[in-house]
Amino acid sequence: MTEPIGARRGSRAPYLFVAPAVVLFVAFLAVPIGYAVYLSVRGLRLTGAGIFGTRQEVFVGLDNYARTLTDPEFWAGFGRLALYGLIGVPLTLGLALLFALLLDYAGARGRRFSRTAIFLPYAIPGVTASLLWGFMYLPSTSPFSYLTRELGLGEIPFLTGDGIYPALANVAVWGGVGFNMIIIFTSLRGIPSELSDAARIDGASEWRIAWHVKIPLVAPALVLTGLFALIGTLQVYGEPTTLAPMTTEISQTWVPLMHIYRDAFIRDDLPLASAASVILAVGTLIVSVVLLKVTQKRAFGGMS
Amino acid sequence: MKNHVLPHQRTKILPTIVLLVGALYCLVPVAWVIVASTKSSAELFSTFTFAPGTGLLDNLRDLFAFGDGRFLVWAGNSALYAVAGSAASTLISTLAGYAMAKYDFRGRTVLFYAILAGVLVPGMTLAIPQYLIMSETNLVGGYWSVLLPTLISPFGIYLARVYALSSVPDATLEAARIDGAGEYRIFGSIGLPMMLPGMVTIFMLHFVGTWNNFLLPYIMLSDESKFPITVGLYTLLAKGSSEPALYSLAVVGAAVSVIPLIALLLFLQRFWRLDLLSGGLKG
Repeated sequence: MTEPIGARRGSRAPYLFVAPAVVLFVAFLAVPIGYAVYLSVRGLRLTGAGIFGTRQEVFVGLDNYARTLTDPEFWAGFGRLALYGLIGVPLTLGLALLFALLLDYAGARGRRFSRTAIFLPYAIPGVTASLLWGFMYLPSTSPFSYLTRELGLGEIPFLTGDGIYPALANVAVWGGVGFNMIIIFTSLRGIPSELSDAARIDGASEWRIAWHVKIPLVAPALVLTGLFALIGTLQVYGEPTTLAPMTTEISQTWVPLMHIYRDAFIRDDLPLASAASVILAVGTLIVSVVLLKVTQKRAFGGMS
Repeated sequence: MKNHVLPHQRTKILPTIVLLVGALYCLVPVAWVIVASTKSSAELFSTFTFAPGTGLLDNLRDLFAFGDGRFLVWAGNSALYAVAGSAASTLISTLAGYAMAKYDFRGRTVLFYAILAGVLVPGMTLAIPQYLIMSETNLVGGYWSVLLPTLISPFGIYLARVYALSSVPDATLEAARIDGAGEYRIFGSIGLPMMLPGMVTIFMLHFVGTWNNFLLPYIMLSDESKFPITVGLYTLLAKGSSEPALYSLAVVGAAVSVIPLIALLLFLQRFWRLDLLSGGLKG
């Protein structure tokens, strides 16, 4: 990679070009993080004694962090998130890869139509998607439960018990497959066709070509899609919130962001919510960095 | 060679079926909401779920009459947040990405890692802190509280940098400098036009992101007349458990809001340059 040459020394141009981004970055990312960290070590405490005592915001050290980290409900939220992610993320990536390979495979028909159809849910907001699927799950409007009822099998428990996990994961899979499929597919199309042709002449089956030639070459795209799927999972909020009115399974603290929302706006405990936000943000960063390390920095190859 | 079909190009049944099942899976909920929008409130829960109903016109009338045309206001708000926010954000990202790719300046490396951290810590986890800043500055509840935080897009800046690295040759810029053009003119008449295809992709990714945004407007806004469609539909659905007529409204609202999005997607599909995303990985 060539070093950027030129630009007269001392030119102010690059600073002016990055100025709007830097100002906004500081105002809406750096300052909120700093303020959240500040608030997270504050808390309302009763000062003074008896009826003259007043509630004042004081420095409380790491109290809010300790409260968050020892709150079983906060961890339970992560547990539910993990279960939801364990179903949703591999399915999203697996299906995206499968469909991308099929789109790249000359033997499959209806490729153009399928590509558009599978990409379509990307344009539909998660809240709307949850609303649509919510009605597909609700016993009185679900076509699936209608079929099983007609067959004498009873209703499918999409919205009761543990059924809620696959039901919610399905909303994420439905919304995410198409976009990831397109990323992998564009990456597949970048592979020189000579590679597959050579393998074909050597007598390799299409399966072997997909497995030994194509998939290794799109590994960077898989890392990127995996990373985004993971980050997306950690910040799930709209989907369970939208489904909540339709089921009794989704509590106010079902996932970490819902827990944070409740602390901030229903309980008015902003310091506690700030501490939890900081934990979630740092956690997301650690998970992403670990994933990138594990996959040997295949994505985001640093500067230069 | 093109005239006869190679063995690997012969139609195979199983791959075709798998692909079409995938397409069907993605289309079923959309088909359902369009069918359901033709049902009256009573039919919604009583007739077979894919049987068309008789209430389409009534539903549409109800939807647009609801709260004095509130639905159209929500749609307009969504469009405002998505179009204005994405246009401004794309320009800001392009400027920053171009500078980071084409200039060597102090603080560039720090900025790069800050942007990377911003990509990895997504805005959603910062929604509460952003709310706090907005309420400190008394912007909470207004249009700006939803627009401003979406203007900064670390991922957009990252993509713009990748695109500038790959599609704006240093030699061209150097030649313009030798001809005596200033840096701003070089950007305006060489850099910007060369980056347009990348900007379209950045714009569209951002557009879908802001159009789909729920948590940020949900937290920032309390006045229903400033809601985007996502928050509006959610409030209908949330009240629907006690007022079933609102379920019907939510379904029709979802159908009406989904159709233009699908049309837009079909129209814009050809302009997407998503190889920008996978191409960005080869560093």
